[in-house]
Order: sequence, then C-alpha cells, then structure tokens
Amino acid sequence: MSKINRFVLPLAGFALLVVLLAVGLKQAPEKGIIISPLVGKPAPGFELPDLLQPGNKVASSQYQGQWYLVNVWGSWCVACRVEHEALLQIKAQSRVPIIGIDWNDADDAGLEWLSKLGNPYTRVASDSEGRTAIAYGVTAAPESFLINPDGVIVKKQTGVMTPESWQRDFLPLVAGAAR
Amino acid sequence: MIPEIGHFALILALLLALVQAGFGLLGPRSGQPRYVEAIPFAVAGQFVFTALAMGCLVTSFVQYDFSVKYVAENSNSALPLFYRISALWGAHEGSLLLWIFVLSVWTVAVTIKSRSLPQSFMARVLGILGLLSVGFLLFTLATSNPFLRLDPAVPDGRDLNPVLQDFALAIHPPMLYTGYVGLSVAFAFACAAMIEGKLDQTWARWTRPWTTLAWSFLTAGIALGSWWAYYELGWGGFWFWDPVENASFMPWLVSTALIHSLAVTDKRGLFKSWTLLLAICGFSLSLLGTFLVRSGVLVSVHSFAADPTRGIFILAFLVLVIGGALALYAWRAPLLKSQAGFEITSRESFLLFNNILLVIAAAVIFGGTMAPMVSDALGQGALSVGPQYFNPSFLLPVLPLLALLSVGMHAGWKRGNLARVRRPVLGTLALAVALSVAVCFGAYDFDAVLMPVGVALGIWIALSALVDPIDRLRRGLSLPAGILGMSVAHIGLALLTIGITVVQSATKELDTAVAIGSSAKLGAYQFRFDSTKAMEGPNYSALQAQVTVLHGGKVAAVLAPQKRSYWVQQSPMTEAAISARWDRDLFAAMGEDLGNKTWSLRLQVRPLIQFVWFGALIMMIGGIISGLDRRYRVPKEARDVELVAGAAAAGPAA
Repeated sequence: MSKINRFVLPLAGFALLVVLLAVGLKQAPEKGIIISPLVGKPAPGFELPDLLQPGNKVASSQYQGQWYLVNVWGSWCVACRVEHEALLQIKAQSRVPIIGIDWNDADDAGLEWLSKLGNPYTRVASDSEGRTAIAYGVTAAPESFLINPDGVIVKKQTGVMTPESWQRDFLPLVAGAAR
Repeated sequence: MIPEIGHFALILALLLALVQAGFGLLGPRSGQPRYVEAIPFAVAGQFVFTALAMGCLVTSFVQYDFSVKYVAENSNSALPLFYRISALWGAHEGSLLLWIFVLSVWTVAVTIKSRSLPQSFMARVLGILGLLSVGFLLFTLATSNPFLRLDPAVPDGRDLNPVLQDFALAIHPPMLYTGYVGLSVAFAFACAAMIEGKLDQTWARWTRPWTTLAWSFLTAGIALGSWWAYYELGWGGFWFWDPVENASFMPWLVSTALIHSLAVTDKRGLFKSWTLLLAICGFSLSLLGTFLVRSGVLVSVHSFAADPTRGIFILAFLVLVIGGALALYAWRAPLLKSQAGFEITSRESFLLFNNILLVIAAAVIFGGTMAPMVSDALGQGALSVGPQYFNPSFLLPVLPLLALLSVGMHAGWKRGNLARVRRPVLGTLALAVALSVAVCFGAYDFDAVLMPVGVALGIWIALSALVDPIDRLRRGLSLPAGILGMSVAHIGLALLTIGITVVQSATKELDTAVAIGSSAKLGAYQFRFDSTKAMEGPNYSALQAQVTVLHGGKVAAVLAPQKRSYWVQQSPMTEAAISARWDRDLFAAMGEDLGNKTWSLRLQVRPLIQFVWFGALIMMIGGIISGLDRRYRVPKEARDVELVAGAAAAGPAA
C-alpha cells in the first residue's frame, strides 16, 4: 500500500454510495397519472340559472339526444383567458353547441368578461356555488367534457383547449359517430 | 406579470452565477486581473436578482395569486398572512429558492468580510460558491420552477399543509438552510486551498468563524424542528430518528467535529488533511440530505416532493461536486505533512478523540439511515431501522465523548501535564457525582442506571466549562469572545445532556380512556377531564377538551388539547396541549372518541424536557459569540492573533 491509497479511499467510498443511490432511485415509485373516472360514464345532470337570460334555466336535459361540449370556466381564471380565443374559433368552425359553466364566479364579472371578449358559448350557466363543477369532478379550470347523444361523457380535456386538440381529439369522435 | 419577473430574475441570476463561477475558477489562471475584479459585481448582481425572485414569490402569495401553481398548491384565501409568507418554503420549489437566496447572502457576506484575503484565493472561493449556485439555479429552473402558472387554474388554493401551519416550523427551514448552506463556505475555502495547493494553516483560520456561525444556525434549525415535532405532531417525543431528522443531524455532528479540528489546524498546524476531509464531508452531507429528502429514495413523513427526475439531477450534481472535491483531495492531500508532534495527554489528543467519536456517531446514523435502502437495493425487502438501533448505538460513542470532554477542557496544548490537571479534573468530577446523586435521589424516583451517569456527565461538563473563564477573570486576564463562546456552548451541551437523560428515564406516560367528569392519576399529578366544546379557527374547525391538572390538591395547569379538521385539506390534526415550566411539561392529547362521553387520552409528565431546547439555544448563542470573535476576522492583525492564541494555549495549563 503506497501512501496515496489512503487518500483515494473517501472517493472510492463515495463512488459506492453513488451506485447505491442510483439503484435506489431506479426503484423509487413513479408518479401516477390521474385519469378521470367519469369518461365512459353518464354525464351528471344539471339545472342552473342562465347567465345571459335571467329567469331562465340551463339544463342538461335540454341537450339530450345531441352532441355537446361542456366547458367549465371563470372570469378569475387566467388560463381560461388563453382558451377563450380557441373557443371562439371552435364555435365558428363547428356546429357542436358549447355549454359554458361559469364556475365560482360573480355573475357581473362573468357577463363583463363575455361582453368584452366575445361569447363562444351557445348557453352559459351560472354555477356560483360550484355544485355542478363538483359533480363533474372539476378540480381546476378550464376543463371541457364532450357528451354524446346518449348523455355519456366520451372525452375530457383538463386544461386549455386549443384548436389543434379540438381537431385531433374531439372532432373525430363527433364525425365518426355521424358517419 | 409578477411571477414572470421572478422567473426572469432567476434566469439572470443563473447567468451571473455562471460568470461568477467562470471568472472565479479560471480568472486567476488567466493572469488578467480584470476578470477577478469583476467577480464581486457578479456576486452583488446575483444577490439582487435572487432577492427580487424571492420578493416576487412573496408578493404572489400575499396577493393570493392562485394562477401561480406553487401558490395555489400551498396557500388558500383563508390562510393568515404570516403563513402565506412562510408558505414560500412550505414545499419543494420554494425551499430551493430559499436555498439559493441563502447561498447568495452567505456569498455576499464572504465577499465583504474577506476583502483583505489574497485576491486569487478569494476568486477561487467565490468561483466554487458560484458553481454551487449554478447547480441549484439550473435545478430550480429545469425541474422545480416555483413561478410556473397553473393550467388549469383554480378559484382557490389547496392550502398549506396543516402540519406546516405553525410558528416554529415557519422559521425552522430558514434557520436550517442557513446552517446547511453556511457549510458551503468551509467547503469552498477547503477546495480553493486545494486548488491553489497552499495548504498551510491560514485557510483554516479564515474558515473558523464561518463554520462556527453555520454550525450555530444548524443547531437552532435542528432544535426548532425537534421542538415543533414535540408539540405539533402530538406524539410526545422530541426526536424520532426519522431519515430527514438524521439528514440534518449528520452534518451537525460532522461540522461539530470540523469546528474542533479547525481549532487544532489553526493553532498547531496539525490534522491538516483530516480537517480538509471534514470540511468536504460536512457540506457533502448537507447536499446528500437534500438528495435523500427530495428524491423519494427514502420514504419519510417529510418527503413531500418526491420525484425521481429531480433525484437524477441531484445525483448528477452530487457526483460533480462531492466527487470533484474528493478527487481533488485524493490528489492534493498526499502533499501534506505535519511537522509538529503532540503527547497523548495534550489537548490535541483529546480533540482527536473528540473527532473520532463524533465521526463514529455520524457513521452510526449514516448506517442506520441507509440500511433500509441497501437492503432494498439488494432485494432483501424493506427493512425498518428504529430507535432500538439508534439509541444504544448512538450512546456508544457519545458517552465516552462526554466523559473525555471534561478532561480535555483542562488539558493544555502540545504537552498535557496530567499531574497539573488532576486537581481541577477530580475536583469537578467529585462535585458533579455528588450533585447528580442528590438530584436523582431527591427529585426523581429513578430506576434507570443511565440517569445518574448522564446527569453527572452533564454537571461535570458544565463545571469544567466554568473553570477556565473563572480562572481568567480571577487573575485579571481578558476573556476573549472565542473562549467565552466555547464555555457557553459547552454549558449548553451540559444542559442538553441533563435534559435528555432525565426526560428519557423519568418520563411518566399513560394512554387511557377517560369519561367526562372523571380523572386519571399519573405520578403525583391528577388529570381531570372536565368537558369538550366545538370551536372555530381561521381555517379549521375543532373539538376542544378541557383537562385540569391537579398537584397536591392545587390546580397546576388547565390544558386544552384539540382535534382539528382543516376545511380545505380535510385532514384531521391532533393539537396536543402542553403546559411548560422550566422543570417539567404536562402534556395531554386527544385520541379517539370512544362514545358515551368517553375519550382515549394520552397523558404525560415530562421532567426537564425544556432543558433539551434551552440547552440547544445556549449552544447556539455560544457559537455566535465565538463566531463573532474579532481575532478570527482580520488577517492584518496577525501579531495580535498570535499573542492571544499563545495566551489561550498557556492559560489552562498555567
């Protein structure tokens, strides 16, 4: 044993430790991805005050038998502001009605938002207490649910909907069924 | 907008850190002084931008900006302002930002205080600190950015983990991080000395105050964590050998060893390569602690942000930093030779034992912490290592450490004359044993052998720590801050030892079912369960019990333990009630509702438990007094330093 060996020992010990840590890291559990349990299940029914026509109700039963998109948003939601442009485009291009659910919002703020930015929605329901959003398992906005004529949720988008994701993930489902 | 400014500030800080690292490490070799002269500007700029980033995140929390993912995940509109601010370091991303900010503060302090050191040496020190900063900034920006917006957004935040809504825990991370990160200064000084190849004892002298201050913060951080665990987790203990606790305790033990070995290297030029290795290991263990907590490799109550991708990044960073430093050590350390010798009874030799025993203690904890991982990696299945392992194996090195401490404090440098120190050693020992027996028999009906032993060791240390300062004052000598701080810290250790010993061997506890209106007896105390009532906090609702504790017919305390339910996270929390007095704690926690107005209650009487934290506090104060000693600060006054050091060396033996 020459003298230098003694001073290499800490480095060797550390190398051993690194191997151990690397093995440990490989075995560390992976993060799970949450898939909505609602996809493939009947959409929860709702009957809420109409934001644009006071006194009227927006109800899921009114759309039984046709394709429609439920979009949960709020004027407090920055991401919804981003999504808004995409929804306006989708409205211009497709005939699928979009039902907006104004979640946890003051009616005034919601109306101001729509008058300032344009209205992409066929109807807008005011869910100021958030009961419908809870029924849909919404944890954050925006979220969108595509519902088929049988009232079943066939697709869910968590986060901002883009024209691309609409074209790629949603429209083929509607078109495929129509054929 | 504000989060984006914070994000951008972090990117600018990264660029400046790159400049600091590049100019610091390569500048001195280029022979162009302007590179080296530019470094302080990079340091200052980095401080400004990390402070700006901190300010942006605080603003987002204060203004309830739930569009920021980190804010939404760690606060809520009902969360009080104080916890909205402390929520900044309530989880992984913000903790990292705090880490970076603290590193920047230390770097600025080193830059300002060390202007008189050789320029090329300082450049390298700052270069290494810059490199660490680059690593952490990259890590934050690439894997753990606290400024990301939340998509999809939420109307309200998920709230700060209720466990973290507590005053002690709000200030525990900054303290602990200041300690962890402070060890990087000793690390940088050691690496710079190795790169320069100038391994005389001067680097050790320059390092001493930084290490001592970092150690003080580490002490405070660990003590706060333990205090929090005691009254917030409601388990009634103060130390659980949890992997995360161990991760902070190992650097503490090693830096304690480092403080002592730096003293020897500074004063006598001995243990040079050993001191280098300790300086590397101290900081490496704090980095390793970060890895263990953040990567999900070890499962613990604390690993709130386990994520394997982050683990890979930290592991690569560990390899670069620790591997690099150890390679440097393997290359440079063989050049070191110590000329001076010392006798077996000298202070040097006692400090050598101190170092060996402290490192053994750290190794014992390291082994216990890593064992579950090793057994997992070898496919042996999960193995759990608990207090049954840690308590006895930790005592094995620590008992002789405490015993040798008292003797060592009386020994002189270079050659210890046993005959001369016999009187103070035996005198203090006899007094300590007598006092210990009196206390243990008088105040507690003890049945553990260790109790009088531990109390005697504690008293012995306290008495021994007083001998030198009293002797100096009586002879009209000055009492330098370094020596005063040392005595204070050792008295703190004595109180800690006495506290741990007594609370471990004389605690009485009882888990029992008690109906409202009846009472339970525990030792000399009577716990009467009076009533329960519902109540509301700012962001939780609770059921609160009233327990009156009687001692000798008189009311000693009225306790109000709670079972809380936080609205947002829905998790039930046990809020133990503790009545603390200097000589005992009375403790009550609510268990389950057994129906029929009967609850299971956990009742405890814990003597002297306050000594544990009080002792740690005194240790911290001692460290700060010592760290601020002017003698370590100014290389210009080298002559004074030698004179005082000479007096210090002659003092105890004379």
